[in-house]
Amino acid sequence: MSLEVILFFIFGFVAAVAAVMMITRNNPVIAALYLILNMASLAGLYLTLNAQFIAVAQVIVYAGAIMVLFLFVIMLLRPENEKKFLESNPKIKIFAFIVAGFVFVQLIYIIFFSAPSNILQKNLDASVQAGTIESIGNELFRNYVLPFEAAGFLLLAATIGAILLAKKKIE
Amino acid sequence: MTITIEYYLILSAFMFLVGVAGVLTRRNAIVVFMCIELMLNSANLTMIAFASYLGSSVGQLFVFFVMTVAAAEAAVGLAIIIAIFRNKLTVNIDEINILKW
Repeated sequence: MSLEVILFFIFGFVAAVAAVMMITRNNPVIAALYLILNMASLAGLYLTLNAQFIAVAQVIVYAGAIMVLFLFVIMLLRPENEKKFLESNPKIKIFAFIVAGFVFVQLIYIIFFSAPSNILQKNLDASVQAGTIESIGNELFRNYVLPFEAAGFLLLAATIGAILLAKKKIE
Repeated sequence: MTITIEYYLILSAFMFLVGVAGVLTRRNAIVVFMCIELMLNSANLTMIAFASYLGSSVGQLFVFFVMTVAAAEAAVGLAIIIAIFRNKLTVNIDEINILKW
């Protein structure tokens, strides 16, 4: 077993278990901490996929900034715990899980039916080269300058909107 | 044994549907929001896997943009939740029905 296999199974298992734990905890703070665990193990998966820059950005932006924002808001509002997971409306919840499971089976069928690994074989050199900051920056500032500027503008608009919405009183 | 792209796609599909189930079952608006982040993350995993197996950096660039949108969405969404909490003193989405006709 190569290192890639071992790392995939460790990180993938942690990510899957953390996702399930997240939606079943009734305390929102614990759910947020499980989501952070999920995102950190996803960063590990990105590293095994040779995407170093995105892995770092994942830890800083997602696990750092966004989740801190979530935890702040949870602790600021101190929402009461929900009821135990299957206590209220168990029928609707079981129905939701059946629907999700059905779609999951469909997706698995499609993935195996189309069998993308027949065409896509990993080319290690190209993969490592694609993940470096150099090639991402080249692509970003040559071919995708306009989306980059638009993203900056989007962040500005979101900042202004968040300030306006969270203000004490809107005249 | 080698890890083919199907492994990543299945993990990503599983995470996405856990997120869907969370959105459908949870009643706390903030947790619903976190489930949406989980779904965005699983889409990111798909894009990174394809980018890596194709040897192209465009997929990683898209993940970068998705992260930007997710950050903006979290900021505005949480501000809306705070504004609603200030008016109604609850974040339970069963009790927030001011848009219901």
